[in-house]
Amino acid sequence: MSTYPLAATRRRRRSVRHTLDLRVSPYAYVAPFFLLFCAFGLFPLVYTAWVSLHEWTLLSDTQEFVGLGNYSTLLADGYFWNATLNTLSIGVLSTVPQLLLAIWLAHLLNRRLRFQTLFRISLLLPNVTSVVAVVVIFSQLFGRDFGMINWVLSWFGAGAVDWAAGTATSHIALSVMIMWRWTGYNALIFLAAMQAVPRELYEAATLDGASNFRQLRSVTLPMIRPTIIFVVIVSTIGAMQIIAEPLLFGQSTGSGGGTFATGGPDRQFQTLALYVYEQAFAGSTFDFGYASAASWLMFLAVVIVSGVNFLITRRAKGGIV
Amino acid sequence: MTPRIRLAVPLLAAALLSAACGGGGGGNAAPASAQPGEKIKLTIGLFGDFGFKPLYEEYKKTHPNIEIVENVTQFNDHHNNLVKRLATNAGAGDVEAVEVGYISTFTAQPNKFTDLKQFGLDKRQSDYLDWKWQQGLSKDGGQLLGLGTDVGGLAMCYRKDLFKKAGLPTDRAEVAALWPTWEQYIETGKKFAAADVAGAKFTDSPGEIFRAMVNQAPIGLYDAQDTIIVGSNPDVKKAWDLSNQLTQEGLTAKLAAFSPPWNTGFAKGSFATIICPAWMTGFIQEQAKDATGKWDIATVPGGSGNSGGSHLMVPKQSKHPKEAAELIDFLTSKDNQAKVFKEEGTFPSIPALYDDPSIQNFTKPFFGDAPIGKIYSEAAKALKPQHLGPKEADVRVAIGNGLGRVEQGKQTPDEAWAQVLEDVKKIR
Repeated sequence: MSTYPLAATRRRRRSVRHTLDLRVSPYAYVAPFFLLFCAFGLFPLVYTAWVSLHEWTLLSDTQEFVGLGNYSTLLADGYFWNATLNTLSIGVLSTVPQLLLAIWLAHLLNRRLRFQTLFRISLLLPNVTSVVAVVVIFSQLFGRDFGMINWVLSWFGAGAVDWAAGTATSHIALSVMIMWRWTGYNALIFLAAMQAVPRELYEAATLDGASNFRQLRSVTLPMIRPTIIFVVIVSTIGAMQIIAEPLLFGQSTGSGGGTFATGGPDRQFQTLALYVYEQAFAGSTFDFGYASAASWLMFLAVVIVSGVNFLITRRAKGGIV
Repeated sequence: MTPRIRLAVPLLAAALLSAACGGGGGGNAAPASAQPGEKIKLTIGLFGDFGFKPLYEEYKKTHPNIEIVENVTQFNDHHNNLVKRLATNAGAGDVEAVEVGYISTFTAQPNKFTDLKQFGLDKRQSDYLDWKWQQGLSKDGGQLLGLGTDVGGLAMCYRKDLFKKAGLPTDRAEVAALWPTWEQYIETGKKFAAADVAGAKFTDSPGEIFRAMVNQAPIGLYDAQDTIIVGSNPDVKKAWDLSNQLTQEGLTAKLAAFSPPWNTGFAKGSFATIICPAWMTGFIQEQAKDATGKWDIATVPGGSGNSGGSHLMVPKQSKHPKEAAELIDFLTSKDNQAKVFKEEGTFPSIPALYDDPSIQNFTKPFFGDAPIGKIYSEAAKALKPQHLGPKEADVRVAIGNGLGRVEQGKQTPDEAWAQVLEDVKKIR
C-alpha cells in the first residue's frame, strides 16, 4: 500500500516523459534540416530581398536605400527580357525532346535484356560527368572551323554553321548539351516508375494484340503519369536556372573582346541566371542590388511555374487509376 | 598552356551568405608581425603564368621561413574572385595581381588594401615609369596600393611563312615599312587576302586591334574627370571604324582572343598577324609550340601604346602584410623584372632597364632571333600614358560585343555603334 503513491508518481512521470517524447522528439529529428534550411535557404533569400532594395555595389562600403528602384529599372531593361526569352526557349528546346527520349529509353530498358544493369548504369554516366568537361567537349564538337558536327554536316553539303553566333543554332547546341547530361537521369526515374506497373496489364495487352508502341501509349504512360509530372516540374525548375552551359559555351566561342557572361556578343544565349551573374560578378560594375532584384524576379518566376505545375499534378492525380 | 577551364561560380545565394557571415572574419584583426624564425605561408594570386616560379626558389634561399603558394586562375575569374574576397573580407591572397584594366576599380577602394608606404616601398618610386607608378596610387594620391610588374608596349607579330605564301616581304624592317598607319595595315591585309592563302586570314579578330588603337590615342575611353567619353572621342570612333573595316574586308579569322578556338588557330596557323604587347610573345610561344621560327615581330602601326600590364597589391585582410610587401619589393625589383622578361616576355616597367645591354641585345630563337628587347624598349619609351577610368573593363566589354555583332553579321557597324552607346550609358 505504501508503495502505491510512489509507483503512481513514477508512472505519471514516465507518461509525461512519454508524451514529451512523442510531442517533442519529432521536432528534434527534423530540426537539423530546418536549421540548415534557415541558414542556407531562408536567410539568403531574405538577405537578397534586402539587398535588392538598395543601391549596393560589392566593393563600396556605402549602400543607399532605393526602394523598388532596382525592380522598375529591371522591368524596363531589354536585356533582362531577352534573357527571360532565351531561358524559356532553351528550356523548352531541351526539356521536351529530353523527356520524350527519356520515356522511350526507359521503355526499351523495361523489357528483358541481357546486361540489364550495365545498360542502366551507363544511362547515368553522362549525369555524373562534370558539366565543365561536357561543355568543353561539346563546344569543340560544335566548333565553327574544326568542329566535328560541321565536318559531318559538310558530307551532306551543308556549309559551316557558326553555332554560337546564331540565336537558334546556339540554343540548339546548348539544348543538346543539357539533354546529353539529363536524359539518362530522367530515364532512370521513369524506369523505376515503369517497374511498378503490374505485369498483368502488359500480358493482357499482348493477348489483345497490342503493339509495343501501343502498350507504351495505352498502358505505361497512363500508369506513370504522376512520375511524368514530377519529372516535368523538376526539369522545369532546372531549366529556369541554366547557367553553367551558356557561361562555358560563351567562353569557348568568345566575341570581339567581350566577356563570357553576356552569352555571345548579341546576348543570343544569355539565360536569366547568367544575366544575374553578369550583373553581380562579371566586368567591373559588381552591381549587387540590381542582381539581387533580378534573382528575386527569377525566384518568383520559378515559384509561379512550379505552382502551375503543382495544380496540374493535383488534377492529374485525381484522373489516374 | 592547355586551354584552362574556368569554373563557374554561379551560386549567388552562397556568395551572399558568405558575404554576410564572413564579415566578422579576419578583416579587423590587427596585422601581427611575425616572430623571427616563425614559418610563414604567403599566398599569391595571379592570372596566367607570371614567370615568378624561379624567383620564389631564389627568395626562399634568403628567407627560409617563408613558404610561397601560387594561386593561378583565369583572367576574368581572377579579378571577379578578388572582388568577392575583398567584399567578404575572407579568402584573398597575401599578394594579388591586378591587371591595368581593373587597377582603377581597386585603387578606388583604398581601405581594402594595405598602404605599401608604411613598409617603405615608396622608396621604389624613382625606379618606375612615372605613369605606371601613378596607376598604383589611391585616387587622392595619398596611398601606395600597388607596385607595377610589367607594361605592355605594343608591337605586331606576324607569320613569316604565311607572308611568304602571300607574296609579301618577310624581313621585319620591310614588314614594318608596310604599315606605318592602320590604314596601310588594312591595305596590306587586302593584298594578303587577294593572295588567298589557304586556311589563313590576315588577323585573328578586331577586338585586340581596337584596344591597341584606342590605347595609342592621347585620351581613351575616359576623360581626366572619369567621365566616359566613348560617344564624343573621335579617336575611339576612328578605332571602331577601322576595326570594323577589317571585319568587312574579310580580313579577320573571327577568333576572339583567349577563346579555345583562338588557341587552336595558333596551332593551325589560322591568322598571319596578331597585335603583340610584350606579354603576348610568351603566350604565342606557349600556344604555337610547333611554329618555332615561323613567327617574327615588327613594329605596330600608328606608333606605340600600352596594352595590359599588371600591379601587385596586398589586400588588407592579409595576416602578414609586412612580409607580403617585402615579397612584392623582391618580385618587382629591377633585376627580377629583367629576368621575368627574358623568361616570359612581360616587359619591365623600370625605364632604367630599357637601355641596359642585356635587354637591348635580347633575342629569342622562337621569333627568328628578332630583337625583342630592342623593339619593346622602343615601344615603351615612345609610349604616352593614358588615363584609365574605374569601369574600363565594362566599357570594353560593351564595345567588344559591338565588334562581335558586326563580325557575326548580326548588325551593321552603325547599328552596332548605336547599341554600344546605349550600353555604355547604362554603366554606372
